[in-house]
Amino acid sequence: MCVTCGCGGGEAHIDGHGMRYARPRRAVATPPAAASFRPAHGTLDARHAPGTSEAQILRIEQDILSDNDTQANANRSRFLARGLFVLNFVSSPGSGKTTLLVDTIRRWGTRSPVAVVEGDQQTAFDAERIRATGAAAVQINTGKGCHLDAHMVAQAADQLAEQAQLPSDGLLLIENVGNLVCPAAFDLGEAHKVVILSVTEGEDKPLKYPDMFRAADLLLISKIDLLPHLDFDVDLAVRYARQVRPDLPVIQLSTRSGEGCEAWLDWLAAGVAAVTKAPAA
Amino acid sequence: MHELSLAERVIGIVEGAARKAGARRVTRIALAIGALAHVEAETLQYCCEVVSRGTLAEGARIEVERTPGRAWCETCLAEVDLEQVGMPCTTCGGFRLKVTDGDQMRVVDVVIEPGAPA
Repeated sequence: MCVTCGCGGGEAHIDGHGMRYARPRRAVATPPAAASFRPAHGTLDARHAPGTSEAQILRIEQDILSDNDTQANANRSRFLARGLFVLNFVSSPGSGKTTLLVDTIRRWGTRSPVAVVEGDQQTAFDAERIRATGAAAVQINTGKGCHLDAHMVAQAADQLAEQAQLPSDGLLLIENVGNLVCPAAFDLGEAHKVVILSVTEGEDKPLKYPDMFRAADLLLISKIDLLPHLDFDVDLAVRYARQVRPDLPVIQLSTRSGEGCEAWLDWLAAGVAAVTKAPAA
Repeated sequence: MHELSLAERVIGIVEGAARKAGARRVTRIALAIGALAHVEAETLQYCCEVVSRGTLAEGARIEVERTPGRAWCETCLAEVDLEQVGMPCTTCGGFRLKVTDGDQMRVVDVVIEPGAPA
């Protein structure tokens, strides 16, 4: 008999490793001090439900994204072993991600090899724009999907490797699907997420989409050549971004005027230098 | 709408565990979704119901426990409640906060009926 409510519920079982266990009693008055979560919609009461005398509770305790995170860690190891500095570019549609990548590849020149993974729901337009620079590119089309995941990136890396286009000691730039929400949750195995905010957007986007700005390690404020024509308040945007991610580094740039691009290339070069030195260390 | 892809993972995890345990069906799924997690919990619940059709978990009740958000305030040097990312420290009003809890998305446990699938 259940010692909490007196119902004739069946035994509780655990099967994370094929073992049975008695599920800890959830006394209402004295919840376990070490409980990692608290019920918000009432206690889990299935063991008290009528007609579940045969029912077993199977303890799982698994992160929903564990399969993605496992693959992401495998990707990260693979990239580090090759001395690849990998960035995951995230932003709203239309912030100028592809233009930034094309411009970056041109300015980067022959410093080290570069390859690009392009993510879009449809079309291969972006990969074609990248290939026009001479860099290798793979296009992932997610169909109805709103984000890239670690398995897609693993396959894209395989494809680059098969074509002998996966660089060593260089850059792998991943352009995520234009979306400030969903890609925040998915680790691809990158070194950093780089979030781009163009000055034609609202400076309050970091507060409207905090998860993405919190997940990022660098904020690029793009299209700053347009600032004289706009009311965009750069300082306010930076302040909002740092409300969700204290100390978030910021680089302001314009691919059109070239302003800020040196600082951006220096940031990239420092990242490449760090990972290419890492294996020898 | 990454909730659908999260729901596919939930049902995948649940079905895998249920099959391994020799379950006939799954009658309840318990998820722990932190208040600061990148997901709309009600949408995830709905998506799990949709994705579970035709699986061992079809018709299972999906329950979500919400873990409250917690953060370390570098100014107060203390852990504080955090309702949403981007909100200030409830004690000092500052923003030097590091999330310490409440961003998890986990399958906690499921209730199964043993036996071969119906």
